[in-house]
Amino acid sequence: MSINTEMSVRVAAITQVADQVRRLRFERVDGQPLPVFSGGAHIVVSMRDGTILRRNPYSLMSSPADSSGYEISVLAVEKSRGGSAFLHHKLKVGDTLAISQPINLFPIDQRGRKHILMAGGIGITPLMAMMDQLAREDRSFELHYAVRTRSHGAYWRELQARYGARRVHVYCDAEQLFIPTAQILGHQPLRTHLYVCGPAGMIKGVLGTATQLGWPRQNLHSEEFLAPPPGTVFKAVLTRSGKAITVHSHQSILEAVEAAGVEAPYLCRGGACGQCETTVVGCDGALEHHDIFLEPEDKTSGKKIMICVSRISGSEIRLDL
Amino acid sequence: MLVPVIKSRPVYTGLAIDPHAQRHLFALEGEGALAFADALAKADRTFLATTEVLYVPAGSRAARHDLRLAAAGPLDLWTAPSVPVLLNRLRVTLQTAAMGTRLYIAGTEGFIGAAMQVALDAGIDFNSILSEHRGSSARRVQCVHCKGITEEVITSPFTCSHCGLPLLVRDHYSRRLGAFQGVNIDAEAPGTAPRPEVMFP
Repeated sequence: MSINTEMSVRVAAITQVADQVRRLRFERVDGQPLPVFSGGAHIVVSMRDGTILRRNPYSLMSSPADSSGYEISVLAVEKSRGGSAFLHHKLKVGDTLAISQPINLFPIDQRGRKHILMAGGIGITPLMAMMDQLAREDRSFELHYAVRTRSHGAYWRELQARYGARRVHVYCDAEQLFIPTAQILGHQPLRTHLYVCGPAGMIKGVLGTATQLGWPRQNLHSEEFLAPPPGTVFKAVLTRSGKAITVHSHQSILEAVEAAGVEAPYLCRGGACGQCETTVVGCDGALEHHDIFLEPEDKTSGKKIMICVSRISGSEIRLDL
Repeated sequence: MLVPVIKSRPVYTGLAIDPHAQRHLFALEGEGALAFADALAKADRTFLATTEVLYVPAGSRAARHDLRLAAAGPLDLWTAPSVPVLLNRLRVTLQTAAMGTRLYIAGTEGFIGAAMQVALDAGIDFNSILSEHRGSSARRVQCVHCKGITEEVITSPFTCSHCGLPLLVRDHYSRRLGAFQGVNIDAEAPGTAPRPEVMFP
């Protein structure tokens, strides 16, 4: 019962853009235009990998105004749960996939007078769609983009060519260049908004610096999609549907629930949106919360769990599903 | 006579000094000066070195709260002759302000609403503003029929100062207008309005 109405798309192009980054272009199978979206939006891509149905969220990086196709970039992850490996090694041009409608949990704040974007690595993708939108609307923005090496960093050349080096600043770890966050955030006019996308540590560091400088949290925006971390095998009893299922060590509760034919609500599948919040009826072990949605008091209450990324250490959880 | 639990009813959670702010800007009216004094008593006084206070004595001029504010020793204290003059100064101050500036507002609800509007125009998210209600609870009310605004409403119902209809004062609040909504109380049977009661002393 997801609120997604999936669309069938064909892989129109695959481009290797950096050492471990592939760009995929999707166009609708029926030739109809795709919905226009807003910068920062993502889609959930459903992949039929043998008998397994994989669903992963990816930020849209193409122009939000271009309805002829959607583009995403996929990083080859060393310990891929399967999604990234499937898109890198198995997917071919011409294959069809199902994608969700675009969902935006990371939108531009329209009240902003200036927008500062900070990206780490593949976190650049939603910010690219944002920049396209900001440039089209003639709004003031600047990008600070941290990459490991020049060859790892996807897109920095084309972004500098398009928006100019005054708006696109690149920092390369290998050259001992890091984003001078405190310097950048220390002198900004009121009404400036900050958007960060990248590894968890980077987001935490940047938001911490901003808070130390007195930035209100209403002006701080970030997005990270978490892959469900592996853990031990346990049983999940779905009290409403009267089913008992096994959650394997490399599977999320949500994936196990779906594999059992039970529909659970979801949107981002990355611990960010809150859609899959589920009531815990009982649990004989400890809840391992991995999401960034629930408030700390909700996490300690033991009554709620985000089944897309969180699991338990224990043998059985009873869920209101 | 009020409809309870209306979500738009503003909640003023009180002034608490943001220890990380680079600059503290206070807009205070009347007894709002006492909210500042209370916040000061609970905080590390170092924030005063980066604090500017805009104060309008309004109805409590005789209490000389301005002397109390000056004694606290903020970086800057400016006393306005009237609320509109203070709001204009606030507007100009925010135009050149930087991120890291924290805004605090204290005084009557009408004043908080008006100062919030200036802050919203400057692009500040209202959730990031600290506010505290002090002094009279008189309301600024918009007549939903003629759209006229009446200040200092202390009774419900009250007679619209523009169109003369008897109006029930609701908790329904418009942040854009900085006003509560007043709705005709005897529309079905004109002349049957109950007697005004003092609800907002």
